[in-house]
Amino acid sequence: LAELADSPELPDFSLLKRLARDQLIYLLEQLPGKKDLFIEADLMSPLDRIANVSTLKQHEVDKLYKVEYKPIISTSDQVCFLIRPRIQTVKWIYVANADKAAGKFRRYKIIFTPQKFYACEAVLEEQGLFGDVTTDEWAFYLLPLDDDIISLELPEFFRDNFLAGDQRWVRTVGSALHLLHSIYGPFSKIYGIGRCAKMAYESWKEQVEEGDTKARQAEIGNAFLIDRDVDYITPLCSQVVYEGLVDDIFRIKCGCVEFGHDVTSSDKSVKVMLNSQDKVFSEIRNEHFSNVFSFLSQKARNLQTAYDKRRGMDIKQMKTFVSEELKGLKQEHRLLSLHIGACESIMKKKTKQDFQELLKTEHSLLEGFEIRECISFIEEHINRQVSMIESLRLLCLLSITENGLLPKDFRALKAQYLQSYGVDHLLTFANLRQLGLLVEQQPGETLTVMESKVGKLVNDKTAGKLTDAFSSLAKKSHFRALSRKLNLVPKSDEEYDLRVPRDMAYIFSGAYIPLSCKLIEQVLERDSWTGLEEVTKLLNGHEFAFTGSNGADLRAKSDAQRIILVMFLGGCTFSEISALRFLGRERGYKFIVVTTAITNSSRLIEALLGNKV
Amino acid sequence: MMKNKPDEEDYWNSSKFKAFTFDDEDDEFSRLKESKQAVNSIRSLVEEEDDEDEVEKVSWSGEPVGSISWSVRETAASNQKTQREHAFPKINASSPSVSRSHSGYSLSSLFKGKTKPGNFQPFTDSLSESSVKLYAPELRKPKSESKDYISDWSPEETIHRMQQGKVVSLERFRSLQDKLLLLDFSVRAHDGNIITAVLIHLKRTLSKEVLFRELESRQTALRHFIHYLTEIRDHRLLLELLRALGRTEDAALLQYKEHLNIEDESKRRDFLKSCLNLPFSPEESAHVQDHYTLLERQIIIEATDRLAEHAGKVEIFQKFPRRASILNMPLITTLYYCCFYHYNEPEGTYSSPLNIRHTFRISEKQYFVTVLAARAKLKAWSDLDALFTSRNWLGFTKKKSPLSFHRVVDILQKNSAPTQVLQEYVGLVDDADLRIGLAQKHKCHDIVINTYRDLKDRQLLLGYRGKVERGSAEERKINDLLDSPHIRWKN
Repeated sequence: LAELADSPELPDFSLLKRLARDQLIYLLEQLPGKKDLFIEADLMSPLDRIANVSTLKQHEVDKLYKVEYKPIISTSDQVCFLIRPRIQTVKWIYVANADKAAGKFRRYKIIFTPQKFYACEAVLEEQGLFGDVTTDEWAFYLLPLDDDIISLELPEFFRDNFLAGDQRWVRTVGSALHLLHSIYGPFSKIYGIGRCAKMAYESWKEQVEEGDTKARQAEIGNAFLIDRDVDYITPLCSQVVYEGLVDDIFRIKCGCVEFGHDVTSSDKSVKVMLNSQDKVFSEIRNEHFSNVFSFLSQKARNLQTAYDKRRGMDIKQMKTFVSEELKGLKQEHRLLSLHIGACESIMKKKTKQDFQELLKTEHSLLEGFEIRECISFIEEHINRQVSMIESLRLLCLLSITENGLLPKDFRALKAQYLQSYGVDHLLTFANLRQLGLLVEQQPGETLTVMESKVGKLVNDKTAGKLTDAFSSLAKKSHFRALSRKLNLVPKSDEEYDLRVPRDMAYIFSGAYIPLSCKLIEQVLERDSWTGLEEVTKLLNGHEFAFTGSNGADLRAKSDAQRIILVMFLGGCTFSEISALRFLGRERGYKFIVVTTAITNSSRLIEALLGNKV
Repeated sequence: MMKNKPDEEDYWNSSKFKAFTFDDEDDEFSRLKESKQAVNSIRSLVEEEDDEDEVEKVSWSGEPVGSISWSVRETAASNQKTQREHAFPKINASSPSVSRSHSGYSLSSLFKGKTKPGNFQPFTDSLSESSVKLYAPELRKPKSESKDYISDWSPEETIHRMQQGKVVSLERFRSLQDKLLLLDFSVRAHDGNIITAVLIHLKRTLSKEVLFRELESRQTALRHFIHYLTEIRDHRLLLELLRALGRTEDAALLQYKEHLNIEDESKRRDFLKSCLNLPFSPEESAHVQDHYTLLERQIIIEATDRLAEHAGKVEIFQKFPRRASILNMPLITTLYYCCFYHYNEPEGTYSSPLNIRHTFRISEKQYFVTVLAARAKLKAWSDLDALFTSRNWLGFTKKKSPLSFHRVVDILQKNSAPTQVLQEYVGLVDDADLRIGLAQKHKCHDIVINTYRDLKDRQLLLGYRGKVERGSAEERKINDLLDSPHIRWKN
């Protein structure tokens, strides 16, 4: 293992930022002269990561506005909209635009990112704006959030693809993959599992065939695509690794977190970038929360010692100290006090909400024992109107781990849920059922009978598709069987030292190895899906493995083979990223995580709420 | 896997998880406090040496100055100002010309593929000819090239061209067969954008009946169509579609969802009433009925209480003014509200908690939890006493609860119940360990002392003596026990 101890260098992803910025500049220059720019709210943070105001001003952007679905008040002759391709936003541009009626002439340009959709253009056409407004695409597919995390910043991917069954983002993902492939590839092997992963792979393949690729030195070896619906358990668990915990509690947005006054212990809140540049954070982000304290106190002691050195220095020594060390110390001090403040705030919040018991319930569910006690814990949670999201999360965990709730339990819990949080959550329950996240146990054959019945009505070609649609509609969970086959739940009578983790289970206090990451580990180990047939069957299939065109000759050559790109379709959690980093350290790999968005249990459940207009 | 009771109690104390608990008293936590003190002690020292330029410039809102979100906020603020003062925003005229030259390099190097010597050497090097094409896909040419006659493209080719963003005409596909070929090829291409585009065309050129019929056997296309109709908010057509497909429950839910768009409460109530006839499953139907009944009742309660509050005659509204209207709140919130403001009303009134409990079939446990929370908030401890007291057939009273007593203690403690009240309920906790734990946490000394006495555990009692106040009654009690000749200590 010694020779694996060195880890390969990661490719430089800042290139992606420069590409995006330069293309944006190019698009802005297509509309010469002064213009006001309206930016979609959820594009502001991503935009902040690649450009700043002066970049925009340099290209004659006069004033910046947020798209707020209010009347446009700009006085400029040219207005540019930078938006996601959403029908609602395009409709707003029309409604907000009273110019035509007022006989005023302005030039309008809509820049859709990462691409435009026909449905949006159809809205422009229907409203008689087509032609008056020019449209363009800003192919801003990938935002590097850190050295090893790249996000598509498309949280809606999850709901659109898995709940609505709309494949609008499949080609987008294919294009993103294509971009990575053409800059950092060629990949020697590509694995995947999931319906969407398969489609994205095919879309990418097609795009590769359309363009001509030149042989070049690969910087990334293998790629692994995985659908979020292959593993819903992991994102539904409470996170206890520092970065995940910070995300659960403070919500990290685009790599940046806002710490309120309870953390800063002043009346101001602070926005902090959380990435590998933060020397304190980078050392604790992957640690189980219990280790963070001792680390921080050690750091604090060291810091004090470093400061104490000044005593008894002569003037010359003092000068060197000030010029060489002081700045670093101060920076460290600032970060240290922030993270200590964050830890304190986390502890306060978690003790208040009986986190200990919550974790115990989650672990029991994962282990599959004392389910009755878990159910009454959840029931009490609902009765006491503790967080609406949290209650749903626990219900979903119960349903997936138990392969559905007994009809009696299902009805009772649903009724109490509606009483506690509002009857309009009937719509939420409908969504969760459609996704297979919260279901009543069915006698085994019901589904198949219905399937074959409908299957007979249609011709053969669509029958296959239909079965697919059904299996994703009412996905059966086989968590227990999977857990046994893959050893996801370590034996509870063994000791687990969280300070010296022995496997990826450490990210959940030693109670559970994330299914998603375990699959990746297994496939990489075997270099194929061979031997995992039973597992993939339990996951409803859709696994694939393909060898790239010129993988073989590069194999022996470079470190690149140890760089593995993992793409999560539908979001991944910080805990999963931590688990992969751990796996990488153990096996001498480096993982690059590409995701449609960073997610966690709250975001996942919120995306499925039905009681919103 | 078989697990027995002691195992479970040991769960968090077992070696596996001993490392850490999310508990206030934890050693780790106190260590954190120490480190905080350490850091704080240096703070003054750091701050005195802080110079301006090392601190990231942050505006009043906490955004770094120069960030886009910061600027948007500035515009919004300055706009308000402009409107007031009719002044033009001042713009630094010199900046654009200077910076233009700066941005030039990247564009030329990128889009023309020219290598420029200088700082971006490695960057341009890493781009092969083919990848450059990718980033600027046909930006220079308009998408409708003149030679692309829309003549003879087959459905398959048409779909392919659409995927590449080229202009096509779907108008020429007039036969049903061609239209369906378009649809099937778009589905095969897995491109939702194109599937929807074709569907929009079919929606315009086919009758509903034909379109619905064809979609029935095409699940992927159907789901795209449903999503599209949802997004353009064409609920009428969507309802027709769902009904035509026989998905009556989905249609009913969709219709029910409309109530969210109705602001006015009476209109909303009437709308919910109209939903009662929708073809829900019997179970869902009962929930919708509850929704209607609840809102109807909330409207009555709200009207009465608003008046009462205004009149200023009812003491409770004066002492605890209502913070929000009860309209559209969940049932349990309504129950809580009624336990708070209308606890002692006879069962005949709409706002009586007992009436609500019966009308909506609220479980005993749920009812207890809510009463407990509401009465504890008001510090009406005697109400709680009555709530938990039951009398058996011999006339003896006993405290009973559908909720475990340690939960009861928890809720009481969160509502800052005094120690005597807590003590009473801590004493009712069955499990000895849990009871001692709670008693120690809430400083119910008598319970701890009595439990140790009953356990005949002299060592623990000795240990606990160190934790009570010097010279207090508790200390005396411990001393008396320790001196007592009647107890046979086990250690």
